Amino acid sequence: MIDIILDILSWILLLLGGACVLIGGIGGLRLPNFYARIHAASLTDSMGNILIFSGIMLQAGLSLATLKLFAIMVFLLLTGPTATYALANAALLSGLKPDVGSASDEPQENKLK
Amino acid sequence: MIFIFAVFLLSLLVITAIAIVRAKNLFVAVMLTSIFSLLMAANFFILDAADVALTEAAVGAGITTVIFLCALSLTDDREKPREGSRWVAFCTVGVLALLIIYATFDKPRLGDPDAPVHQHVAPWYLEKTPEYIDIPNVVTAILGSFRGYDTLGEVFVVFAACIGVLFILSVKPTKKTNQVIKKESGLRHHLIPQVVGRLLIPFIVLFGLYVQFHGEYGPGGGFQAGAIIATGVILYALLEGESSALRAIPRSVLLGMVVGGALLYGGVGVACILMGGAFLDYSVLATDPVVGQQLGILFIEAGVGMAVCGALLSIYHAFAARESFS
Repeated sequence: MIDIILDILSWILLLLGGACVLIGGIGGLRLPNFYARIHAASLTDSMGNILIFSGIMLQAGLSLATLKLFAIMVFLLLTGPTATYALANAALLSGLKPDVGSASDEPQENKLK
Repeated sequence: MIFIFAVFLLSLLVITAIAIVRAKNLFVAVMLTSIFSLLMAANFFILDAADVALTEAAVGAGITTVIFLCALSLTDDREKPREGSRWVAFCTVGVLALLIIYATFDKPRLGDPDAPVHQHVAPWYLEKTPEYIDIPNVVTAILGSFRGYDTLGEVFVVFAACIGVLFILSVKPTKKTNQVIKKESGLRHHLIPQVVGRLLIPFIVLFGLYVQFHGEYGPGGGFQAGAIIATGVILYALLEGESSALRAIPRSVLLGMVVGGALLYGGVGVACILMGGAFLDYSVLATDPVVGQQLGILFIEAGVGMAVCGALLSIYHAFAARESFS
């Protein structure tokens, strides 16, 4: 009985995580400007990461694998947002202004194509 | 199920390869190369080649990308427009591709037990490893002991590559550039990457040591460990600046690691001769031949790890010194 409940719970978590990654992917492709796009990518980094790893940990049960998965999750939770921060910071320093008014920040040469 | 996943990964691999060829911006191409390596690592893992997967992920996706980026910072990140027609190249690639596709018709099916590779020496290795060496990871046994000459050759290739790169790139930093380095390099003013990096670097190095010394029991070994530890030190160099990293591990120590690693490997072989065995025949190193084999593998893996780590860091520093020079 407890096995089935754990199984269902882990599958719900995995599916929700997959949905988060999918939404993040669509956002990374479709959102108009750079800052909005990395915002979408951060959904994959944080929420998708937590949900998918919790799902896999429930599948793995109490074992050494769970501990390793937890370590990987913490590693990704630390590095993902840091990488996003570094990316946004680099964009800001190189002169890309977060402008709410303009929808797209694609360079003119790319637009013409 | 695994078949569908493999096909999915392979088609992603082909798409990435085409994207690399078509990318005009070299920065994009480098990032795509990193993704290509990561996909390749996943593919290797599906084929149950965990050791190769770990190497591909650590070297291909990790450290090669950093070195490519260093190279890009010295040059332009735009591909030069090509003049003239390219039909010679197209013809060569086309003919070669057709030849390779033709050759695959003779290839045995994936996982076929009657394939020549499973009939030749592989069964002997699998059968005799518990008897002669008694370690769970057969790959390490083959690399370290049965095919020890090949691995020695690989270590000397790494050694020669490092020497070659240093000959081409090495510059003596003058005092003036030193001051520039102190003022500008590193992410000293960016608190978040610095704090997170400081938190992670000890764990990265620890994981590298785990991969190094756990190589006899699980996937891993000197090559992977050297690359992982080098990645940790490069992260330190990026966060704290070139000069701090060089103060922590000076150039002379790095060169000593490259030379010492290769020497340690060769020295174990010579020690085997002196103790009455053949070159790289570790059985004579201890009274019990099995313990001798394990001892020999431990030493040569340490030599491999040192050489790889030292070589990668020397190459990185050579690029970085060049960068602050120009």
